[in-house]
Amino acid sequence: MRVQLKTSYHHDIRLFPDARRALRFAGLVALAIALPFGLDDFLIGEATNVLIWAIAGMGLMVLTGHAGQPSLGHAAFLAAGCYVNAILMERFGLPFLASFTLAGIVTGLAGVLIAIPALRLHGIYLAIATLALSVLTEDIIVLAEPWTGGVVGLVAPTITIAGVEVDRYGSPDRFYWLCLAVALLVTLGYRNVLRASLGRAFVAVRDSEVSAQAMGVNLARTKAAAFGLSCMVTGWAGALMGHFFFTFNHEVFTIVISIQLLLMIVIGGLGSIQGAWYGAIVVGIVPQAINVARDWVTGAFGGGGLAIPGIEAGIFGLILVFFILFEPLGIHGRIMKWRVWFDLFPLCRRDMFRRQKSYLRTERMR
Amino acid sequence: MSLLEVRDVSLRFGGVTALDRVSFSVERGEVFAIVGPNGAGKSTLFNLISRFCEPAQGEVRFEGESILGRPASGIAALGIARTFQNIELFEHSTVLENLLVGRHVRRRADIVSQIVFTPAVRREEIAHRAAVERVIDFLDLQPYREQRIAGLPYGVRKMVEVGRALSIEPKLILLDEPASGLSPEETTDMRFRIDDIRKRMGATVLMVEHDMGLVTAVSDRVLVLADGQVVTAGTPDEVRTHPKVIEAWLGADAGEAA
Repeated sequence: MRVQLKTSYHHDIRLFPDARRALRFAGLVALAIALPFGLDDFLIGEATNVLIWAIAGMGLMVLTGHAGQPSLGHAAFLAAGCYVNAILMERFGLPFLASFTLAGIVTGLAGVLIAIPALRLHGIYLAIATLALSVLTEDIIVLAEPWTGGVVGLVAPTITIAGVEVDRYGSPDRFYWLCLAVALLVTLGYRNVLRASLGRAFVAVRDSEVSAQAMGVNLARTKAAAFGLSCMVTGWAGALMGHFFFTFNHEVFTIVISIQLLLMIVIGGLGSIQGAWYGAIVVGIVPQAINVARDWVTGAFGGGGLAIPGIEAGIFGLILVFFILFEPLGIHGRIMKWRVWFDLFPLCRRDMFRRQKSYLRTERMR
Repeated sequence: MSLLEVRDVSLRFGGVTALDRVSFSVERGEVFAIVGPNGAGKSTLFNLISRFCEPAQGEVRFEGESILGRPASGIAALGIARTFQNIELFEHSTVLENLLVGRHVRRRADIVSQIVFTPAVRREEIAHRAAVERVIDFLDLQPYREQRIAGLPYGVRKMVEVGRALSIEPKLILLDEPASGLSPEETTDMRFRIDDIRKRMGATVLMVEHDMGLVTAVSDRVLVLADGQVVTAGTPDEVRTHPKVIEAWLGADAGEAA
């Protein structure tokens, strides 16, 4: 059993509670940086995909996991970030770093606008309203053809940072490192928000709007900040996604993407940064696993080119159902339980994690 | 000048008159209790002061200024903190995080510097942490500091809520039934805490309470409400022997018998 001796308030504020965890994190980052040296181009692409999903997941996690505002419309913000970034690069000739930053800011401002109706809508109603936003986006992209290329779509321009070309296909390793850098910066900023007053205001709004107000938390401003930050990060993920897909049109950012994002953070564990990452890993790995399994089935039983429509959505749905039934706290919650079990060994009681019927307010219908 | 002045306040919910021309004032440094039977309008009065409801008429002044133009989230910044009758804590956060939310009105850093976590933000966080630690010391919450609210016993939650209100460093603290649901020992404990809030924290206390023992022990003045109207106000002893109060509590016959 490990007991932490705290000798100063800095212990509660710093990024890592102890040296062990800091070391573990440093090891993970080192591994992530070294990853492209050991993988082929296809697998580097898959790892990049996971990173982009993780960024988008963190974007939604701030809003849904911490501020308690569900959104089924985040594909709209992915699309906004993607198109704004591409248009700024293509039409205005901005360098990538400038267009990328602006894409996030513009998407964030759009998010602040969405926060205005969110002040009056709660839970399932907000989810439906944002769902409508997701549906609308597809049409808007088609209608804004002069800018977005409509049904034909756009091609993501090549990224040049300080004279170095970063191309999804030409230099997948550099693109991977770019995504990794963005993901790490977003993680750091996210962690910083959580340990400052804004993060506590988010959680306060999520758990009790009444007492949040009595504590002086302005609901309108806090929700606007949550939507703004969430959409900014999602916009960045969208911009990277555009470069990852290389070509994109109105069919890329569908409602399915929105649902997959929400599913991802629920599987990962609502209300934790790690949850977004775990969820991204699951979302990245499962389709590949399905492919492998399908090939194996085809190989073992013959009948070439076995294709079952909707198998991916079905399997994701099943995973979600199992998590909600058996581990509502998601992968992060499960890992925390294991950690406590090992920390307290052999003193852990079976009762310690007895399921309590107290969900996050986000999950309750109001 | 009184710290809090409520003048001629009326409030109706549909056809029900919850408050009917209620007036009273709370002086700086006193413990002021509001008592009355269920449905007398005590909690409504609290909700009105914390701006969760709008009066049909009347005026509420804090330190001489009207607070009726302010939103509910603008009340804490004036120095008015409150607790709730049915505890309203942030269930998934630790005791420490709950108390730190009370420091929200004292924050200075903007969003961008919080994202970057500049040295100024760090200093501010340390200052908040120190302030919260004083409250933890004051209420003896040390054993629960790192624990989540969801697993805490009722009495402790009640105390954490008082602590969260105290973290605001309020001039006026509104306690909505601080002793309801507490054991006799915890009630005695709460009595000393309320005394200490006034003496050591220098805050004025306005409380709604049913436990007359507690009210008599700690309050300087008592206001009796019944059916939304002020029955009487005065020291605990004056109020207890007031014929109308006896009538309201025990019925008219009992009043004659006494």
